[in-house]
Amino acid sequence: MIEIRNLTRLYGRTAVVDDVSLTVDSGQLLVLVGTSGSGKTTLLRMINRLVEPSAGRVLIDGVDTATLPAHLLRRRIGYAIQGHGLFPHRTVAQNIATVPRLLGWPRAQIDARVDELLHLFQLDPAVFRDRMPHQLSGGQAQRVGVARALAAKPDLLLMDEPFGALDPLIRAKAQADLKEIQRRLGTTLILVTHDMAEAVALGDRIAVMDKGRLLQDDTPATILTDPATPFVRDLIGTSDRALRLLSLTPVAALATPGEAPGPAIAPDASGRDALAECLWSGRAALPVEGGGIVTLDTLRAQASQR
Amino acid sequence: MIGRALLALSALALLAFLVAPGPFAPLFQPFTRNNAPAIYTQTSLLSLTLSHLAIVAVAVAASTIVGLVLAVLVTRKAGREFLPLARTVTAVGQTFPPVAVLALSVPVMGFGTGPTLVALFLYGLLPVFENALAGLTGQPPQVAEAARGMGLTPRQRLWQIDLPLALPLLLAGMRLTAVISLGTATIGSTVAARTLGEVIIAGLLSSNTAFVLQGGLVVGILAVLIHHGFGALERRAGRRMGLA
Repeated sequence: MIEIRNLTRLYGRTAVVDDVSLTVDSGQLLVLVGTSGSGKTTLLRMINRLVEPSAGRVLIDGVDTATLPAHLLRRRIGYAIQGHGLFPHRTVAQNIATVPRLLGWPRAQIDARVDELLHLFQLDPAVFRDRMPHQLSGGQAQRVGVARALAAKPDLLLMDEPFGALDPLIRAKAQADLKEIQRRLGTTLILVTHDMAEAVALGDRIAVMDKGRLLQDDTPATILTDPATPFVRDLIGTSDRALRLLSLTPVAALATPGEAPGPAIAPDASGRDALAECLWSGRAALPVEGGGIVTLDTLRAQASQR
Repeated sequence: MIGRALLALSALALLAFLVAPGPFAPLFQPFTRNNAPAIYTQTSLLSLTLSHLAIVAVAVAASTIVGLVLAVLVTRKAGREFLPLARTVTAVGQTFPPVAVLALSVPVMGFGTGPTLVALFLYGLLPVFENALAGLTGQPPQVAEAARGMGLTPRQRLWQIDLPLALPLLLAGMRLTAVISLGTATIGSTVAARTLGEVIIAGLLSSNTAFVLQGGLVVGILAVLIHHGFGALERRAGRRMGLA
């Protein structure tokens, strides 16, 4: 569990982060979202003490991070950044092995861990282990960057705009993969982004920041239906919030008993996918794989402001 | 390909000339007057060349060590305020004429190799220092951020990240210093250092253009070979990281 208590960072007399308190439960995925200059990156970097707080404390599982040497603290916390920051003079395997090597893991254990992570990120170890970073595509480099952050099995992973440099098609896939891996490993994840769509797609919780202050900290559904301030509403964008809301709920949760004609939709597809399929195929109801149907009426009710 | 063949050919020709200069005499004969000898035989050309190379090697090594250490110091947090001073010192070293350094150091150190080493060391400091500086500071900011974020200590960052990434530029600095020193070392013979300058000076004193020519040619070919040698090392170091 990560407890952020009254964290403040001053540059001169300006508070870049102003008295922010937040708690993130173990295994949770919190997205910090805000415009540039909102203080979200500074808040993230105070957690692994790349920036020292001017006031306030960060507790990880009850331990005040200020009591640990900064470099030892950072080796326990995964860190992945925009543009991946891979070391250009080291192979993929050496990059991933960075923190385990610092921690003095035995060679055989490091090699096994590197292969395990490459498999996890769908990169064939035989092909990619000895590649240099400049020989990777943007998507591959990004995955290696995340694999490197996860190498020493940290309980906490910090990510700063990890998908910022990817093109939209790869980004959607990378987001889905990250969420899947985070679920599977049970890692607590705090991710910074300026993209509300990304926040809604990934977050168990979303914390919205502006001018150094925390405006709202809630589930994606609440943020969408009940924004705390006009700024949060602007950030969401009002034009497609109904669709975003639909995208949060899997079809399985919307299914009702019944029969419907035509091809079935997967239960883990989102309500948004189901609506699109209804409109495209001109049907009022779709069968769900494994039984039940999802109707246009159900989708309409789900997408409206309650 | 042709360039490499020419390089190998000139290396072979140089080696043959240094080991047995006699057969090359007809080549230099047209540049002599009054039946003067075409080949310098006062001292063996091979031993002069080896001594010349040794002096340059020691000077380049000293410039590299001092220039690199200086660049590392002024890029650390504690040494940052000394950057302008270090820049001034190395720039003065470059602009102060080596001949003047020789003239000033002979009264202190006496005749011989010493003053030449000092002059070459000072003259070669700037390229190594500036290139090392560029290599240490010109890295992508994400790389430094990632290194810090993963818990490398400042010393680990220096040895594992900063210095390896600066290597291609450092080698380029050493190449410049080596080539400059190779030519400049000839003036060491005016204060009795054993360099190829001895051949050139002998030619000037006896109005024997053949001597001047063969001294100059040997130094020139050596400079080209060393330039390409360092260039190959740079490319090798750079290619690994995906630089051109």
